[in-house]
Amino acid sequence: MSYVPHTETERQQMLATIGVSAVEDLFGAVPARHRFPTLDLPDPLSELEVQAELLSLSEANDHGQDFALFRGGGAWHHYIPSALGHMLLRGEFLTAYTPYQPELSQGTLQAIFEYQSMICALTGMDAANASHYDGATSFAEAVSMAVDVGRGRRNKILFSPWINPQYRDVARTYHQGRDLLFRGDESASTLSDLVGQLDNNTAMLAVAYPDFIGHIADFQGLAQKVHEAGALLVFVVNPVALGLLKSPGELGADIVVGEGQPLGIPLSFGGPYVGFFATRTRLVRKIAGRIVGETVDEDGRRAWVMTLRPREQDIRREKASSNICTNQGLMALAAAVYLALMGKQGLRQVAELCWHKAHYAAAQIAALEEDYQIITRPPFFHEFALRCPRPVSDMNAALRERGIIGGHDLGTEDPRLRDCMLLAFTEMNSREEIDALVAGLRELQGS
Amino acid sequence: MSEATIYEKSVSGRLGARLPVCDVPETPLPQELLRRELDLPEVSELQVVRHFTRLSRRNFSIDTGFYPLGSCTMKYNPRLNEDVARLPGFAALHPRSDEESSQGALELMHRLQGWLAEISGFARVTLMPAAGAQGELAGILMIRRYHERRGDSQRRRILVPDSAHGTNPATVTMAGYESVELPSDGEGNVDLHSLRAACDETVAGMMITVPSTLGLFDVNIQEIVDAVHGCGGLMYMDGANMNALMGIVKPGDLGFDVMHYNLHKTFSTPHGGGGPGCGAVAVNDRLAPFLPGPNVELVAQAGADMPARYGLRMPPQSIGRLKAFHGNFGMHVRACAYILFHGDRGIREISRHAVLNANYLRASLQRSFKIPYPRICAHEFVIEGRFEGIEEVHALDISKRLMDYGFHPPTNYFPLIVPEALLIEPTETEDKATLDDFIAAMRHIAQEAREDPGLLLSAPRTLDISRLDEVRAARQLMLCCVPIPDWPAQG
Repeated sequence: MSYVPHTETERQQMLATIGVSAVEDLFGAVPARHRFPTLDLPDPLSELEVQAELLSLSEANDHGQDFALFRGGGAWHHYIPSALGHMLLRGEFLTAYTPYQPELSQGTLQAIFEYQSMICALTGMDAANASHYDGATSFAEAVSMAVDVGRGRRNKILFSPWINPQYRDVARTYHQGRDLLFRGDESASTLSDLVGQLDNNTAMLAVAYPDFIGHIADFQGLAQKVHEAGALLVFVVNPVALGLLKSPGELGADIVVGEGQPLGIPLSFGGPYVGFFATRTRLVRKIAGRIVGETVDEDGRRAWVMTLRPREQDIRREKASSNICTNQGLMALAAAVYLALMGKQGLRQVAELCWHKAHYAAAQIAALEEDYQIITRPPFFHEFALRCPRPVSDMNAALRERGIIGGHDLGTEDPRLRDCMLLAFTEMNSREEIDALVAGLRELQGS
Repeated sequence: MSEATIYEKSVSGRLGARLPVCDVPETPLPQELLRRELDLPEVSELQVVRHFTRLSRRNFSIDTGFYPLGSCTMKYNPRLNEDVARLPGFAALHPRSDEESSQGALELMHRLQGWLAEISGFARVTLMPAAGAQGELAGILMIRRYHERRGDSQRRRILVPDSAHGTNPATVTMAGYESVELPSDGEGNVDLHSLRAACDETVAGMMITVPSTLGLFDVNIQEIVDAVHGCGGLMYMDGANMNALMGIVKPGDLGFDVMHYNLHKTFSTPHGGGGPGCGAVAVNDRLAPFLPGPNVELVAQAGADMPARYGLRMPPQSIGRLKAFHGNFGMHVRACAYILFHGDRGIREISRHAVLNANYLRASLQRSFKIPYPRICAHEFVIEGRFEGIEEVHALDISKRLMDYGFHPPTNYFPLIVPEALLIEPTETEDKATLDDFIAAMRHIAQEAREDPGLLLSAPRTLDISRLDEVRAARQLMLCCVPIPDWPAQG
């Protein structure tokens, strides 16, 4: 089976034009002893059979349509409006590629321009790029940019320990070939500990807003201290929380990155998502990846085009600030459609629902016996860490029996958080679900 | 027709989506933390649907026409793959699911890892990289780690042919190495003398695209691999052009140590206007301990009354995590469906016909255009977009004129070593009639260039847009349709 349309007659006509007698004759340059190997792959299937096979694999998973889902920690279960999926399936968006030819790509270009605008509005920044792979790689690119802004003379990177551990891991992976010092997240350092480590060798200081266990820290005055040291202030944000909270721009951030998945992108076991990246006007020429700008055509009509291209790898080659080429175009479109559908008030309502549900759950859990302890200090947004009376894996196995997917096991990434689960709440969790979770926790205590 | 921005359609106070009424007691919001403004559009659902539908119609796409964009493999994107990726058991599966809650997804990834290893002739595969460029970074970081673990610290250079895609040298720099450019010879192969002269104990490895970005199988590929291995370097194959190789040759058999796939090219997970992709990386046993992770492993064989059990595991000496979670899983599902559908026989038909189509176009255009390397090509080939005696016509003008004929242009000005390059890749899913239409258009354009070059220089003229002022876009930067509040400076 294949999507090859050729008939035998056509094949022969084409071979005659080329001047060879068989398709196999086209491969003479390939070393003969390795040419035409066998492929140990399954037999071809019909479309019907492929669907049945994959349906069966998909049903072997415990997913958010069958279970009450309270898991977050970097990806969250939000409602996706029906209209969004239909827009993404438009073949003109789905089956186009990078808008190298702007005359044939105005749809993608304008949509990305609008996405950039909405990300700027959310973050309070002046410019955003057309996306990175996910929040974690956006964060790694923020490190590159900060080092670049410091002209390579500043090589200390300060991370708050309460940034998503996967993001910190990815930044370390990306930059292992360079001479950088990653500091600040080795211990349970506080914000003032971090500020104390600022010096004239520091390229950036990064904080999470809200942090990995849901807490919303007070960052008043932080920007001034970071800037006095000549470093950049980087915010890792949850975009839904920004429907409610002061923008990082207002708090003095220089770079804002985050995971765009909550903006209309399905959980999909971890991807594809979209990493957003926004910054100030004075730093815009240091941004990695594609950026769309407004211009006019020869007849003076408004139009859009990829701009500041000389920063990119296809032109700058070994001097480029990043090797990024393919981004997450369709996922950036999803975020743009989502934010348009939700609008100013809709996003705020989603954020408020998250807030109210999480705080209702926290109040109910706090009323249980002393076996449970909420670790996250208030104020928190839609997640909090909960210390449990027994291992989280046991808790979650028991909750699963009750149709509930409990919180992420924080101890798997941080031994200090043994027996702690990270519970997440969104507009998808009804009061009934939350009450069932609390009832489950009650039944599991003490025994 | 041009379309106003979504912000220009916004009316203060208009509501789009409706959300459920809050069903729990409300907790007061912390007023001191709240934002005062949020400049998102206020539009109705119909406005949104009409806006983005109209925008979509201003895009060229595979669904609407022939898209021979070289090195990008713009083949048909099966709709079956979209449907299966949206099954709730995949789409609503949380990436931090417990192992026992995600056995179906893990089994799918395990199968795909195995099939990609089989097709490429390698031992192990990671599905984590989000795109080819990330796969390249993974590969070069693994090479780096390999040398470090052997205590071989003098290697600091990576060899890259001058025909390489720009991501290759950019990756080398990102990984902390120095990129050394190798010239091509007159036949479009790597110049063996230069290669051998460059091979010494400071070479960590070489990155090479097979078939090359000129669309050619390098006839000396075995000698190249041997020369680099001979000086202790490792071989990285850029698999962007894997659509020419499936069932033709396994890169692992040729002696490569590591390669990346572009699943959005070869396995047709759609390009989506610039992504998402998936840059799965395959390695031999030598590099397997250093793979990024976590990756899926079989943790318990199937027993009499027990199914096999899969888990996510970190390789022992991994270079680390490349992105959050475990890759663009939605692309894994699509690639899995694509391989299941094709099977062993279908997969080998893909590359044979991709190469047949490219050679048919090449043979049919060789009298109208200069073909710098006039020999049998792989899945793509390069022509010179210029004509003797008509200095004013450039490759870009041919490209813009192709738009008037209803085609997407080939890749322009790449590879850099061919003047006025046009890189043409038809893919296997185009039928002969479409190729014949394209050939006719190209021949017409060659004739127009001689008789009335103004037609090319003023193209496109049949669209609702003419050529863009790209200089203005860069000089008068407008990156955003909303004015951003001017926050008081903080320090």
